[in-house]
Amino acid sequence: MASRIFGSGIKRREDPRLLTGQARYTDDFVLPNMVHMAVVRSPYAHAKIKSIDTKKAASMPGVVGVFTGKQMKEAGFGPIPCAWVVPGSDTKTPPYPPIAIDTVRYVGNAVAIVVAMDRYQARDAVDAVDVDYQALPVTVDAFKATQKGAPQLHSDVPNNVCFHWHVTGGDVESAFKSADVVVKDKIINQRLIPNAMEPRASLAQYGSASGEVTLWTTTQNPHIVRFLLSLDTGIPEHKIRVIAPEVGGGFGSKIPHYPEESMVIFASKALNRPVKWTESRSENYRATIHGRDHIQEVEIAARKDGTIVGLRGKVWANLGAYLSTASTGIPTILHGLMLSGAYKIPNIHEDVYGVFTNTTPVDAYRGAGRPEATFIVERLVDLLARKLKMDPAELRRKNLIPPFKDGYTVATGLAYDTGNYEAALDKALEMADYKGLRKQQSDMRARGQYLGIGLCTYAEICGLGPSQVAGAVGFGGGLWESAIVRFYPSGKVNVFVGVSPHGQGEETTFAQIVASELGVSVDDVEVLHGDTDQTPMGWGTYGSRTTAVGSGALMGAIKKIKDKAKIVTAHLLEASPDDIDYADGKFFVKGSPDKFKTIQDVALMANVAWNYPKGLEPGLEASAFFDPPNFVYPFGAHIAVVQVDAETGEVTLERYIAVDDCGKVINPMIVEGQVHGGIAQGVGQALWEGAVYDEDGQLLTGSMMDYAVPKAAYFPKFELAMTETPTSVNPLGVKGIGETGTIASAAAVYNAVADALASLGVERINMPLTPERVWRAIRDQRRA
Amino acid sequence: MKHAVSLTVNGAKHTAEVEPRLLLVHFLRETLALTGTNVGCDTSQCGACTVIIDGQAVKSCTVLTVQADGAKITTIEGLATDGKLHPIQQAFWEKHGLQCGYCTPGMILTAFDLLQRNPRPSEADVRHGIDGNLCRCTGYQNIVAAVQEAAARLKA
Repeated sequence: MASRIFGSGIKRREDPRLLTGQARYTDDFVLPNMVHMAVVRSPYAHAKIKSIDTKKAASMPGVVGVFTGKQMKEAGFGPIPCAWVVPGSDTKTPPYPPIAIDTVRYVGNAVAIVVAMDRYQARDAVDAVDVDYQALPVTVDAFKATQKGAPQLHSDVPNNVCFHWHVTGGDVESAFKSADVVVKDKIINQRLIPNAMEPRASLAQYGSASGEVTLWTTTQNPHIVRFLLSLDTGIPEHKIRVIAPEVGGGFGSKIPHYPEESMVIFASKALNRPVKWTESRSENYRATIHGRDHIQEVEIAARKDGTIVGLRGKVWANLGAYLSTASTGIPTILHGLMLSGAYKIPNIHEDVYGVFTNTTPVDAYRGAGRPEATFIVERLVDLLARKLKMDPAELRRKNLIPPFKDGYTVATGLAYDTGNYEAALDKALEMADYKGLRKQQSDMRARGQYLGIGLCTYAEICGLGPSQVAGAVGFGGGLWESAIVRFYPSGKVNVFVGVSPHGQGEETTFAQIVASELGVSVDDVEVLHGDTDQTPMGWGTYGSRTTAVGSGALMGAIKKIKDKAKIVTAHLLEASPDDIDYADGKFFVKGSPDKFKTIQDVALMANVAWNYPKGLEPGLEASAFFDPPNFVYPFGAHIAVVQVDAETGEVTLERYIAVDDCGKVINPMIVEGQVHGGIAQGVGQALWEGAVYDEDGQLLTGSMMDYAVPKAAYFPKFELAMTETPTSVNPLGVKGIGETGTIASAAAVYNAVADALASLGVERINMPLTPERVWRAIRDQRRA
Repeated sequence: MKHAVSLTVNGAKHTAEVEPRLLLVHFLRETLALTGTNVGCDTSQCGACTVIIDGQAVKSCTVLTVQADGAKITTIEGLATDGKLHPIQQAFWEKHGLQCGYCTPGMILTAFDLLQRNPRPSEADVRHGIDGNLCRCTGYQNIVAAVQEAAARLKA
């Protein structure tokens, strides 16, 4: 059966292998003669390496090699490249050696690698590598690191300021001067640990005869990894094959090209045998990127009637010790440009300082920059409502950008594609019974119970994005996508795509598109991805771009298939190609729908080419690339309802209502799943999660025992609805939905808790809103 | 010093000489090449490595292979019979109870244990019952729905 392209919640085609244990993740691969690598990591956040003694480790049972950064450098392996340098920001890019050579700059910084016959022996030998460190002073806080006298991480980066970037739109000074009311806040958007359930792993097989390397690695974007490896390993790009097999979640943490990918290639080359490295979870917490970590001083200006006239701020964005692949783009382009949110804000200014500290590098984590922007706007709007004694829903309504179909340009310069924000707000308010909730809130307050209601009306930028814009903002790659559709003689289809989904379900979504567009069964379509030797060049899965951009390429290939099929059909039916129409799986002569060929008929004839149009190439295969003319801007309204126990500080999330608009919906089941997961991660930030370093740069939340990854019992059943405002940016009118939940939910939940705490007199409190923090805030307020 | 162990895994008997420190999860994954059981942490928090040992869900990263000597073990590879998905697997598929799939084998086997003890769990029962298994993709909502759906299917 051909499925409908939109609204068909068919079961996922990737699931049977995942449900039965037959899926193969990177660590599942075993190659003949394979050995295991383990990494010696610095226990110091900042230190000189005086010496490294590898002799004892090298003599341990099973050990086949111990290597240092110096050896890797001498073998021609260069620093890990930074792939995003934002123009106009004077960005410093100090070298990021895959293995530290003379200085370590964060706890977890690699100092040596050990390779042994099995993973236990490799782990044993790690402890036998004797590194003599001379400890140096440490700085972990993004603001303090910029102050006079702070320890310096990189000799050529004064005050640890990697860059100063700003965004300006309108005349902020005048707006604030003439405003009736100004509200300020200092927000700590805390550091988070992504926690994809599969830790990272990499397996390299280098062939000395061919000079080719194959790397199986836990990545969201194998083509980018290949490109960057060609820069730092010295192996030319066409001799590198990167395979992302099954990947167990990423959330941004598997975008970067990591040092360990270079290390396994180096070790495989040095030892002439396959080398595999698999991260432990505690290692993941130190060696895999973190997210967020902003200190934000922000303010909003408005007229007495609630009309917002300006927003400005200063942000210190912690980048960690080195620049990870995309790290400078996150707190700038993906954050600062989104400060208008869903509102008309004519005047905006923000200064962003990117700062090096002695911490794990920070890069994209689900939402990547937009949650940090949304939180600012949504927090300030709530504070403004309180100050003006207006209902936060009504203040939002007053300032929302009115419905638009042909673009709306905000003060930061972005041109949003389409939006109908008030419709989403209305729907959410109705689902929540907002008026009823407010009444319930005041009734409960009379009984000494603290109900909080929090809103977030967001707009976000995703579907990254036009390549010209990518280039203009300093991203070191394109952002188009690719697809090949190949019909076999039997009428079965392979689709090869440059994106690399890892849980988002595009093997199903894309099969639905092909099936409904070309009249084949979904079961006759297999979607392949994640192997640079097998798939066309593409930029990967992140920034909620896989369906939004990838489907554009797929639709392009489908169109070429249809065009060719019309020519073949015309030949077979002795008609003119112009007279052939297509509908419901049939290519037919206009006006004579009984004279037709199916795509299967055409596929057979095109592949055997026995009776075939003169001059037409045989085969039924098409390849297409799609570079979108704009980003897409999903939006929505979320409402959180919490209860705060004033005696224990415990916050209970009672209800969560999410109305999202991602344009046209292909598979609603998959879309809802994306929203669920997104909400959970944002709620996690608001209430439980936070990476904590002490003054010495030790990660206090260094394992899953110490970092609160949310559990099932923490959540209520989320209540979801959609509105549908298609975009014209891509052929199907679809927007991304992978990150919306996270972008909205931290702000909605925080606002709900703040709403409850306001009646207890608590005005400021930092995330995560753990019982201890909430209890202390209430106690401090009562004492004051 | 290696120790001889003998275990029945998914109905097949295996004997091996193992180091005393070899974790059961590594024995399953590397000695028996049953890679469906995943490792997601090193502190017994995540539950990705959950298998059924003598009828009970156990985190196989927390058991030494020598401790499992003589045990009957079911891994995710042993749950489907005759090429037919187990009702719990079927329910996870129907209800979209998985995304990246990494936590799924452990989650399904924990659900298997839960449903043996409590064949008709409430939503709250399920949420508490899978407390030892972490998922970062789904927000748990469809996992909970899948376990309740599985309960209905198993009862039918």
